[in-house]
Amino acid sequence: MNTTELRETLLDVRNLHASFGGIAALHGISLSVIANSVTAIIGPSGCGKSTFIRCLNRLHEEVPGATTQGEVWLDGQDILSADVDPVTLRRKIGMVFQKPNPFPAMSIYENVVAGLTLAGVRRRSVLNEVVEKTLNLAALWDEVKDKLHHPGSSLSGGQQQRLCIARALAIEPRVLLMDEPTSALDPISTARIEELIGELKREVTIVIVTHNMQQAARISDKTGFFLLGELVEFTDTSVLFTAPKDPRTERYITGRFG
Amino acid sequence: MRRTQPSALSQLVEITYKRRRLVTRAMMIVLIAAFLVATVPLFSVFFHVVRQGLPALNMDFFTHLPAPVGEAGGGLANALLGTIILVVLASVIGIPWGVVIGIFLSEYGKSRFAALVRFSVDMLASIPSIVIGLFVYALVVIPMKRFSGLAGGLALGILMVPTIARTTEEILKLIPVHIREAGLGLGVPRWKMILFIIVRGSMGAIATGVILSVARVAGETAPLLFTALSSRFWFGGLDQPIASLPVQIFNYAISPFEEWQSQAWGGALVLILFVFVTNIITRLALRRAHGSGQS
Ligand SMILES: Nc1ncnc2c1ncn2[C@@H]1O[C@H](COP(=O)(O)OP(=O)(O)OP(=O)(O)O)[C@@H](O)[C@H]1O
Ligand SMILES: [Mg+2]
Repeated sequence: MNTTELRETLLDVRNLHASFGGIAALHGISLSVIANSVTAIIGPSGCGKSTFIRCLNRLHEEVPGATTQGEVWLDGQDILSADVDPVTLRRKIGMVFQKPNPFPAMSIYENVVAGLTLAGVRRRSVLNEVVEKTLNLAALWDEVKDKLHHPGSSLSGGQQQRLCIARALAIEPRVLLMDEPTSALDPISTARIEELIGELKREVTIVIVTHNMQQAARISDKTGFFLLGELVEFTDTSVLFTAPKDPRTERYITGRFG
Repeated sequence: MRRTQPSALSQLVEITYKRRRLVTRAMMIVLIAAFLVATVPLFSVFFHVVRQGLPALNMDFFTHLPAPVGEAGGGLANALLGTIILVVLASVIGIPWGVVIGIFLSEYGKSRFAALVRFSVDMLASIPSIVIGLFVYALVVIPMKRFSGLAGGLALGILMVPTIARTTEEILKLIPVHIREAGLGLGVPRWKMILFIIVRGSMGAIATGVILSVARVAGETAPLLFTALSSRFWFGGLDQPIASLPVQIFNYAISPFEEWQSQAWGGALVLILFVFVTNIITRLALRRAHGSGQS
């Protein structure tokens, strides 16, 4: 895992604070996400994992009363600063949610290209190409290629989640945020998506929240352990799960609290 | 149950089970009675209108102008056409207005201004339709110095706004937050997300609400009495008084001529059929859309 140290940092989070209506949820998080790696965020329920990744694409600030402080650097720019347009930012930092959420009344095809068509891309040949490419990336093409015009909601939960991954990939983000993407899925769908994440990191940088520590151990390069809105420990996954420095991390990964 | 000697517990279970079954049966009877109370008037009205109205329906009814007083024959063609024109006009005014308010209430509905809008819409819904007619009379008829189809269409359009607005609001609110966030998360501006993901995704249900409210105003009489008035002639422009089925029914029903009274029944039948058929068709369409949408 030492090779990851040599690679460049893509996202640099510095002293990030976040709150909901005056109640702090994150207390000064700092960590760097390395390009084309998988960074896992683990921690007990309510510790601020979702809040953390929702700050990265500024979805957090859409919640009424929510505030953010600190800096997140991407491509030499603090993406939290007021002069960055969140709409533009979210085209660079895509997101996959806990619950599969295909858009209602849209076909599989329309779902995949929604981010493009809503940005004004109309040309059929371009869209067709994107659909095939991203559905292949999301390991869904073979299952749906004959029914691209069926409703997105007609797929199984696991297929819907892969559809959502394809939809997020279609706008070619630099970073893909995933908030417990497999927690609503069965073991087989989960395994498929884990496998997929391993392949996707060639294309994008992934930050994934998971409740499942085996999953974090299996798929990530680096892992951060959150507790009560603080980042307790952030290091190579292999180190965190075998030789954690902080006793709180150790207690958590050995299942003694949380 | 193979046991020969039932235990005290199983006896108790048996007794409560019997009692439960009895209660279930009693409730069932109450429900059927309630169903009958609700449907008997409906079907007796329908039956009565069919019996009285059917004889009046013939080719002339649908193609001819009303006959002059005292002459036999004639039809209600101008009133049928008039109602169609009025309903189209009302839809052009009322649907966009109602849908936009519904979208506003659902998507930006937390402000105090939105609360005021919601309150006004609810107030508007509870204002008697004849008062809406009076309002349009003062607003349009008096300045124009004449009754007109325009005034009638406006009155019906206003009448549609509250139902469309509130049903649209309720329908849009059913779309969960995580779908909205998925839209925003794709780098779609909020207004586009609302229009092209949320509203588009609810189009079928919104259309149902709209059609039901169209069917509702098609039968309104009171707001037309001093706006569109009525007419014995063919449509002569939106700035002229215009005939409509409900008003024609009203005029004919209170007339002393048997022929006219019979035609009033015919008009009533046509109106009821229109409302029935639109209701049934939209409900069927909605059910089908729901059946294939979710899985
Ligand atoms: N919309 C909200 N309004 C107010 N407080 C919130 C809101 N969402 C989350 N919080 C609070 O912020 C803290 C962090 O929540 P967050 O959702 O980030 O936790 P999490 O680590 O993702 O938990 P889980 O594993 O259960 O998803 C919690 O204490 C929670 O109560
Ligand atoms: Mg969470």
